[in-house]
Amino acid sequence: MNVTVLQFPGTNCEYDTKYAFEKLGATVTIVWHKDYELPSNTDLVVIPGGFSYGDYLRSGAIARFANIMNAVQTFAAQGGKVLGICNGFQILLEAGLLPGAMKRNNTLHFISKYHHLKVINTDNTFLQLLNKDDVLNVPVAHHDGNYYIDDAGLKELENNGQILLQYCDAQGNAKSLNGSVEHIAGICNKDKNVFGLMPHPERAIETLLGCDDGVKMLQGFFK
Amino acid sequence: MKAIVNVALKRGVLDDQGKATHHALDTLGFKEIIKDVRVGKQIVIELTSNNQEDARAEVKKMCEKLLANTVIEDFDIEIVG
Repeated sequence: MNVTVLQFPGTNCEYDTKYAFEKLGATVTIVWHKDYELPSNTDLVVIPGGFSYGDYLRSGAIARFANIMNAVQTFAAQGGKVLGICNGFQILLEAGLLPGAMKRNNTLHFISKYHHLKVINTDNTFLQLLNKDDVLNVPVAHHDGNYYIDDAGLKELENNGQILLQYCDAQGNAKSLNGSVEHIAGICNKDKNVFGLMPHPERAIETLLGCDDGVKMLQGFFK
Repeated sequence: MKAIVNVALKRGVLDDQGKATHHALDTLGFKEIIKDVRVGKQIVIELTSNNQEDARAEVKKMCEKLLANTVIEDFDIEIVG
């Protein structure tokens, strides 16, 4: 499997992401935002976490206009798989590849800690190795993770099985983390080839470092 | 000529920063005179154009493309000078 990880000025999770996917057996290429093309053998594009362009204006607002994003738009339109983690999720929202928008956390704090997540839909590449209602423990680290979508949009997400993950407590009861609509932590597009989530599965791949709940998530792309 | 663009969350989208600021002002003794507080941002653009109408149309495009996220934000444009 060939994974292409994008790198913008201010991205800071590209090497963690590379390490995680390589550990699972992928060949990983990091591609600079000024490039116009993705490597032709790309199976999965990952937009990693960080603070592209210093989060200026809005998180992800400037990165979405980078050269490489045109290639990502084309890749996604042709059914290519795209995963956005944290700032990557924000970029996908700004780019219109995923519906909704991100607001500042309702606590107004930067939140950096482990948090439980409930698996909502597994009928997709990303979460296919997990079971509905599984509870995972994965780090979150963000300031703008307060996902917003209007009522009509939310209905659509629910009806199409596009809600992937929800913030919850250790028992799996939905729990607010940042004010997100329906406690949403991750979604996918209608065609189920573009995925975005605020938590960092690539930081949860070694029990030695606390937890490996992210492995089964990332492994979904290998199947 | 310059354009002053104000961007803020739409009515109906909860403005947590506005709410926190409102609360802080309340505790500073302004409670009686405040109805609502909203936090937004202002972007000032110096323009080369001298045609107000053209400038407004171009700035509107800028807002829709980049300056505001119209999923959650509204904007207004003032052309001055």
